[in-house]
Amino acid sequence: MEKTTGVPYEYLRSHKKFPHVWCPGCGIGIVLGSIIRAVDGLGLSKDEVAMVSGIGCSGRMSVYPDFNTLHTTHGRALAFATGLKLAKPHMTVLVVMGDGDALAIGGNHFIHAARRNIGLTAIVINNSTYALTGGQASPTTPVGARTTTSWFGSFEPAFDICRLAEAAGASFVARGTAYHVLELDKLITRAIQKKGFSVVEAISQCPVSYGRFNQMPTGVEMLKWQKDHTVSIAAAGKDAATDKISRGVLLDRDRPEYTEEYFKLVERLKADGKSK
Amino acid sequence: MTDAVGVMLQGNEAVVEGALAAGIGFYGGYPITPASEIAEMMSRRLPQQGGVFIQMEDEIGSLAAVIGASIGGLKAMTATSGPGFSLMQENLGFAAAAEIPCVIVDVQRAGPSTGLPTAPSQGDVMQARWGTHGDHPIIALCPSSVSEAYHLTIRAFNLSEKYRTPVILLMDEVTAHLREKVVLPLPGSVEVVERIQATVPPEWYFPYEETNSDVPPIVSFGEGYRYHIDGLFHDRAGFPTSRLDEIRPWVERVFRKIDRNLADIVHTEEEMTEDATVVLVSYGTTARSARYAMHRARERRKRVGLLTLQTIWPFPEHAVDHLAHQARLILVAEMNRGQILLEVERIVKGRCEVRGVNRADGELVEPRQILDALEQ
Ligand SMILES: Cc1ncc(C[n+]2csc(CCOP(=O)(O)OP(=O)(O)O)c2C)c(N)n1
Ligand code: SF4
Repeated sequence: MEKTTGVPYEYLRSHKKFPHVWCPGCGIGIVLGSIIRAVDGLGLSKDEVAMVSGIGCSGRMSVYPDFNTLHTTHGRALAFATGLKLAKPHMTVLVVMGDGDALAIGGNHFIHAARRNIGLTAIVINNSTYALTGGQASPTTPVGARTTTSWFGSFEPAFDICRLAEAAGASFVARGTAYHVLELDKLITRAIQKKGFSVVEAISQCPVSYGRFNQMPTGVEMLKWQKDHTVSIAAAGKDAATDKISRGVLLDRDRPEYTEEYFKLVERLKADGKSK
Repeated sequence: MTDAVGVMLQGNEAVVEGALAAGIGFYGGYPITPASEIAEMMSRRLPQQGGVFIQMEDEIGSLAAVIGASIGGLKAMTATSGPGFSLMQENLGFAAAAEIPCVIVDVQRAGPSTGLPTAPSQGDVMQARWGTHGDHPIIALCPSSVSEAYHLTIRAFNLSEKYRTPVILLMDEVTAHLREKVVLPLPGSVEVVERIQATVPPEWYFPYEETNSDVPPIVSFGEGYRYHIDGLFHDRAGFPTSRLDEIRPWVERVFRKIDRNLADIVHTEEEMTEDATVVLVSYGTTARSARYAMHRARERRKRVGLLTLQTIWPFPEHAVDHLAHQARLILVAEMNRGQILLEVERIVKGRCEVRGVNRADGELVEPRQILDALEQ
């Protein structure tokens, strides 16, 4: 417990930017804790870690940890991170986005980062809504859910973030929740370790802009929902018949990583005497 | 010893040569006529020099990647045309607000919308100034020859690094596709400006602090100075703030860093203006039609001069102001319906007659049209 709660303090810009902006009961801080423990566990130097985030409650995360941090524009975090990674290939570049950020306005960058298989760790905080702007429907809002723009229940089908990432070419895909926080630590650790584009969908609670409209007005009720509606694939088996949402590592494969391939080309041109 | 070589280059090629001479390390772009040659050449030249080329999924991502690479310490550039320039506007504002050096080439084609993809225009002049939302400082340069495309590209990089600001190179299709002789300086003889580095230890570093020059040093990510960059209004450390006492100094500084250096940033060229009672004001390819018209008019003993704007933003107020004292008539020639005309009128304030010579149908403003306007 000490290690779970104590480690983040060493990484937070506590003297600078607290109290934070998140509401009581919000899950985003829990995901930040997992990210920090993963970085700490891997022994990475803070100087070598960049956190690039989009716009939204989730995007606000980059303000707090003591890394090289960049709060970009809505939906574009992966594209900013692509440039940074190519300029500093040795850095660990973590990209934090909300579900609307990553999949609606930023959907194009998401699938192309996956297709390129560039060495970024994308953490999509899925709270099923556009939280910052007051709880509008997002590409992951479940059918039937009530939001401020689907007041009579959403009838649009939702994206499955993980299947989308897999189809688009990611090397590593995992899903965790804010409730199963120690498991989330491990998933993020493996995602960072993985060469290539890795995606962790972190199911998170937003009691204020989502839960309130869907009979879960507090963080506790929403965490319970995460506990009851998800199942670990390690425990149940990947193809077990269940209508619950699966948690764990959904995909782990090796594909050529973009940055490495690019600099191989540079080296090859040099060796062939084609450099100028 | 010769100190230069003459070569035949296309305008777009000259931009690439200029960028390489200025030390470009990163190019991110998306294909579009009439700018595609820049990306095509960059895709060959940059990997040969150890630099990075990436074809992004759209122009929004292109400028985002350029800004990311600049934060990683590389001199970075993208090139596009009207439709792509429209898509870049939000991130252009990010670069201005976060004070990240980068160069954006807009090879203007006739618009709006898809317009006439292979036809020239100067319709993006006001967009270059005000395209992104919110008040912001900006620098935009306009080449009117292939040689200028080369030199102004170098200048665009230099100004962007020196003042921590995005710089727009506003070309048009004609200069982009024209082939002309360019005298390339020998490597090493080009003036290349590097961004100001921090000299203080990390704990004393504030990326947005007030400095004597108003341009605080910028440190790349991954160099041991861990800090925050944000498009939200920020304090001197880069963190979001809504405190007026932190916002005001920042807003004032980002404008001041440009305003106090106008002599360095704003370049214009005057020809035959000493005795001129009629002054032509022009820029880009149109300035060449204006120059031709001026010479024909001089043959007819008309006292006509020419002011060519190489910097269009910030607007060369001083140059126009001083000509307004002597001129009877100022004619502003441009391939749009009168965008710089509005600026000239703003400065002249009724001291002399000001008229536009305009065309926005994808064809050049020809010397004939300018001569006709002189006769009126
Ligand atoms: C271009 C643009 N469009 C819209 C917005 C307004 N906006 C800010 S955050 C946001 C959505 C946030 O939802 P999500 O990405 O899911 O993140 P969350 O707040 O739920 O963490 C929107 C639409 C914006 N900032 N920029
Ligand atoms: S609105 Fe929702 S997501 Fe945003 S801080 Fe509050 S609880 Fe968290």
